[in-house]
Amino acid sequence: MIPAEFEFLLRHYNYWTSVILVVIGLYTMIVKKNLIKKFMGLNIVDTATFLFYISMGDVEWGVAPIVVHGEHAAEHAVYINPLPSVLILTAIVVALSTTALALTLAIKIYEKYGTLNSERILELM
Amino acid sequence: MSALRHLPIIVILIPLTAAYIMPLVGYKWKRLCNSFAVIALLLSFLGSIALARLVLINGPIHYYMAGFRPPWGIELVADYLGAYMCAVISFITLLVALYSREYITKEVPEPRRPQYYTLFLLLTGSMMGASVTGDLFNLFVFFEILSISSYALMSISGEGKALLAGYKYLLIGAIASSFVLLGIGHLYISAGTLNMADMFVRLPPLYSSWTVLAALALLIVGFSIKTALFPLHVWLPDAYTNAPCSVPVLSTLVIKVGAVAIIRLLFNIFRPSFVIETIPMTAALSYMAAIAIIVASLFAISQRDIKRMLAYSSVCHVAYVILGIGIGTELGLTGGMLHIINHAITKGCLFLCTGAIIYKTGVRNIREFGGLGRKMPATMGAFTLAALSMVGIPPTNGFISKFYIALAAMTAGRPVLAIVILLSSLLNAIYFIRVINITYFGIPEEEIEIDEAPLTMLYPMLILAACCLIFGFGAEILLTILKPAAQALLGV
Repeated sequence: MIPAEFEFLLRHYNYWTSVILVVIGLYTMIVKKNLIKKFMGLNIVDTATFLFYISMGDVEWGVAPIVVHGEHAAEHAVYINPLPSVLILTAIVVALSTTALALTLAIKIYEKYGTLNSERILELM
Repeated sequence: MSALRHLPIIVILIPLTAAYIMPLVGYKWKRLCNSFAVIALLLSFLGSIALARLVLINGPIHYYMAGFRPPWGIELVADYLGAYMCAVISFITLLVALYSREYITKEVPEPRRPQYYTLFLLLTGSMMGASVTGDLFNLFVFFEILSISSYALMSISGEGKALLAGYKYLLIGAIASSFVLLGIGHLYISAGTLNMADMFVRLPPLYSSWTVLAALALLIVGFSIKTALFPLHVWLPDAYTNAPCSVPVLSTLVIKVGAVAIIRLLFNIFRPSFVIETIPMTAALSYMAAIAIIVASLFAISQRDIKRMLAYSSVCHVAYVILGIGIGTELGLTGGMLHIINHAITKGCLFLCTGAIIYKTGVRNIREFGGLGRKMPATMGAFTLAALSMVGIPPTNGFISKFYIALAAMTAGRPVLAIVILLSSLLNAIYFIRVINITYFGIPEEEIEIDEAPLTMLYPMLILAACCLIFGFGAEILLTILKPAAQALLGV
């Protein structure tokens, strides 16, 4: 018999994963000195957000919301909510463009200073 | 009449479409980039004025994208605040585009000029979009277009420091975006809708839920970073200092759009009674802003680089807007929203004048400004007028909005906030009068032969300086749209 509090944690494990990932991502951004690694931390935060959105649209045993006609219609009565998935497609595009810009800037910074270590760059400035 | 119904989307689409055509124009006819941008922004400005007029006559316009009614489709709501912001944004950006013609020949390398105008137009279109959207997720998308184009604009000069400042802005801004996205997720999970008007109706029974409170906290923090509210302002000074002077003028609008997003969040998504009385979010914001005003003013006094000084002054003045919103009365909101345009005009004028000085002399340290008053009389005249407006000396426009906010603080029974405004005006006076003193009475270290800035740079500065006086004497013009805006937001 599992205690009620523990079961609450278990049942929402996807949300907990997303919370932990956000924290890991923010930690990476604060602690790492390398500019690219800082950005990788941000990507982890973004991914955690995507996981959060997809989790909230999900319904247990739900299928993709495509209407099926004919004799199998009754079997697919439970559908997941498609809207969060659609939203997250947009958010992925946004995260991708931010990543592209960040990497472009990182390349330029490397060309100017010859390093991506934020502390060494501050010394060089 | 039927074509006028489409005005909210037309106003946004003109700069956005022009932004996509701009690389083509830049590829084929490099010299035409500026004219193309100016024409697009002029059309957008005329559209915005027509929109504001229409909204004043007929009331808010609800526009359904592709004809889908909410909650299925995206809704644009050109209410009083949205129409007002569109007019302000297109007015200032039009002048900056005109100014950029000569100015960027020195600041931005030749091959990047088409990109500069592309980002410029993208930024303008998305700022207007973020002001009029009625859909929370759409707000996020416009905010991202806005943020990404401003990260890129901040580092457009390609110098090492500008690149680093841009990267720092990007990292901090992207965290803000993640927070906003998480907050929107929390609200969607609770209310089951993304339409702001729909949320306004559906949220009240859920106000005690932790999910909704978490959403409010995440969204406030996210938008506060975009607005550069004091402890979260760290990206701003570096970015402003290293960007070409036309970019901070645009960014002055960017942080104002952040303030508009906070207004929308507090009064259009949540109810005024909830954020003012149940959880004192507005009070928290107003005291945060009060600290911001004092600290940012002190920082500004200690700067020697004129652009850095103006950057800290921006942090200070955006806090005025938040302070006005935070007082949470009709008078306070009116004052806060009035300060949006007044600060955009005055700070725009100051940055443009600074750009002209740097364009002509290359000097950025305030102590080396000696004798500029005689060499560039029109530029320094505009600078002085705008500086006086920043301090809040009547009859300039800065006085009107500060007076409104202070009066609101007094009538709301929070005299501490009024004292903060008075004190900060004195601090403002210290750092602006210092600059004016050096430019007119300072003795130049060496005689350099310089003359007045080119006409395309001079006219925008003079127009903005004139606006400082026009909106000082004629604040009534703005109040005709801001009074109903504040009443609509507070629901009275």
